[in-house]
Amino acid sequence: MMVQSACNVEANGAAGQESAAYAVVLEDVIFRWPGQQAPTLAIPFFSARQGEQVFISGPSGSGTSTWLGLIAGILSPDSGAVRVNGVRLNELGGAKRDIFRGDNIGFIFQQFNLIPYLSILENVLIPCRFSPLRNERACAQAETPLAEAKKLLERLDLSASLWRKPVNKLSVGQQQRVAAARALIGKPPLLIADEPTSSLDADRRKAFLQLLLGECRSLGASLLFVSHDQSLAEEFSTRTHLPDLNRAAEEVV
Amino acid sequence: MRCFRYLLFLAGKSAWNRRGTLVLIVFSIALSTTLLLGMEKLKTQIRESFVQSVSGTDLVVGARGGDMQLMLYAIFHLGGATNNMGWDSARSIAERDEVAWTIPISLGDSHKGYPVVATSNDFFDHYRFRGGRQIELAQGRRPEELFDVTLGAETAKKLGYALGQKIILSHGNSGTHLTEHGDKPFAVTGLLAPTGTPVDRSLYISLEAMEAIHINWRGGAPVPGLRITPEQAARFNLEPKSITAMLVGLKKRSQVFALQRELNEWKAEPLTGVMPGVAMDQIWSMVDTGERALLLVSALVTVAGLAGLAAAILAGLGERRRELAILRSAGAKPLDILTLMACEGGLLVATGIIGGFSVLYLLVAAISPLLADNYGIFLYLSLPSAGEWALAGGICLAGLAASLIPAFRAYRMSLSDGLTVSL
Repeated sequence: MMVQSACNVEANGAAGQESAAYAVVLEDVIFRWPGQQAPTLAIPFFSARQGEQVFISGPSGSGTSTWLGLIAGILSPDSGAVRVNGVRLNELGGAKRDIFRGDNIGFIFQQFNLIPYLSILENVLIPCRFSPLRNERACAQAETPLAEAKKLLERLDLSASLWRKPVNKLSVGQQQRVAAARALIGKPPLLIADEPTSSLDADRRKAFLQLLLGECRSLGASLLFVSHDQSLAEEFSTRTHLPDLNRAAEEVV
Repeated sequence: MRCFRYLLFLAGKSAWNRRGTLVLIVFSIALSTTLLLGMEKLKTQIRESFVQSVSGTDLVVGARGGDMQLMLYAIFHLGGATNNMGWDSARSIAERDEVAWTIPISLGDSHKGYPVVATSNDFFDHYRFRGGRQIELAQGRRPEELFDVTLGAETAKKLGYALGQKIILSHGNSGTHLTEHGDKPFAVTGLLAPTGTPVDRSLYISLEAMEAIHINWRGGAPVPGLRITPEQAARFNLEPKSITAMLVGLKKRSQVFALQRELNEWKAEPLTGVMPGVAMDQIWSMVDTGERALLLVSALVTVAGLAGLAAAILAGLGERRRELAILRSAGAKPLDILTLMACEGGLLVATGIIGGFSVLYLLVAAISPLLADNYGIFLYLSLPSAGEWALAGGICLAGLAASLIPAFRAYRMSLSDGLTVSL
């Protein structure tokens, strides 16, 4: 399973040498929801370099979720190419896309990121259980995935005294940091954060963002950060307003 | 494999987290397992204790008649013989080289509804039941005096008789207005230990006593005006002229077919020889239908329990969409979600089955003395039989099949939901 996906990375990387330097590339992507005439998304081009941290804004309903779905390989475009880490997702079958996603992408959602019946450490370790590649990378970072999970939690300001708590006893901010540790474990090359700060209060947002950015930087992971909150935008070198990219939106207007 | 173990771990954790609702489902599966396995156990063990009412006997011999009829009266003392067999025939069979022992039996009298069996001391020496167990005396001694009677365990208990009790036998074994052998009372001198066989419900006297109480009888009624006291009767020649049936044990079992053929072509009088095992199976097959109906009902109860399982997991899916989406985002494939749900169902069923087994064994341990005392049914704790394993396996498979329903639902849900469930 792991060997296969590694091969894919190489094969695709060789095909488009220049795209290997990019974490995400979208080319001429058109996407329609089934049964709809007008495309929801029509993106001529978008790219994010490896290690780049991109702030994406867009009002709700502007297609940010659809856009993330395309990059995550949950949705397939009607035409065009979506490349993540040099691999063209639409060329992979459903099961391989699932494996690829597990190996290469970490996710943080708005809220309720944690599984209530697992401990904090078990929550962080989930990706290592499903992806042998991330398990291996976590072992390379620390002795064991468990050691790596503890290290990440500590770096995200969650001290060992909290680890025994049931996850639903944590504050929302703490929960989001556990989610961040889970997204980061096993060094996925790409992190997707879908409004991860919107359930935090204002002063917590900055702190959370700083921690996340710092960790992504030190692990060399690219970050796609979707948010309405323009006050956070200044922390990012690259900022993108999705409606500006999306030709489909223009046509509708 | 590693992934599967993890999914099993997740399924267990998740189920434990919702144990409040799931415990009822496990309970219903446990109950239906107990019912189904209990039926199976009862069936096999009742059958066993029935079929093993007599063991070690190679042939049952009586006057020409039906095989089952002969078994019913010779072993179970039910119904009556249409004809007796001659004592001469009995003697010459007993003296054959291949015959190890014989137990002569004479029936026809009763005491308060319990059959009186006239036999010889061979009965105490050679009668075997349930895998070679022997007749044992709980109290007293074997019959020594002419008018001694030995009581089966149930007879003694139900009638409240103790050693030394004087009892009167009645002539015939059915009907309410039976003529009594009032002139020749018997003394209880022995009580048998419980056997769980028809022996418990009988009274045992000697063949000579049977002759003695009928000595002033002709054609089924006492001869008017002829009175013979017990003391006088003892001086008569009390060797029987005929008996009802005879149990035969051979030195070598392989000779049973030859002897049976010979008996069926007996020159002196028409006889029938029956192999008990074969006849017992024939009798049992007649009650088979009823027992299958019971098993079917239990199976339906089990199906209802498993439908409840599927329903409970399905009902819980809605609130678990988020949980499944999180797993998906962390690398679980839709197939993993399917496996996870199937694992959960499997765990619940397995727990239910283990619970069912435990309840069953506790129950057997608790009620088996009662059953043995009151109904002569011997249930004993034993490792699950092949039939029980097969049933447990069947429940397990059916449970897995039932949990595939919510599993497929979750699979399709997680495909359509993707990673983003908005709640």
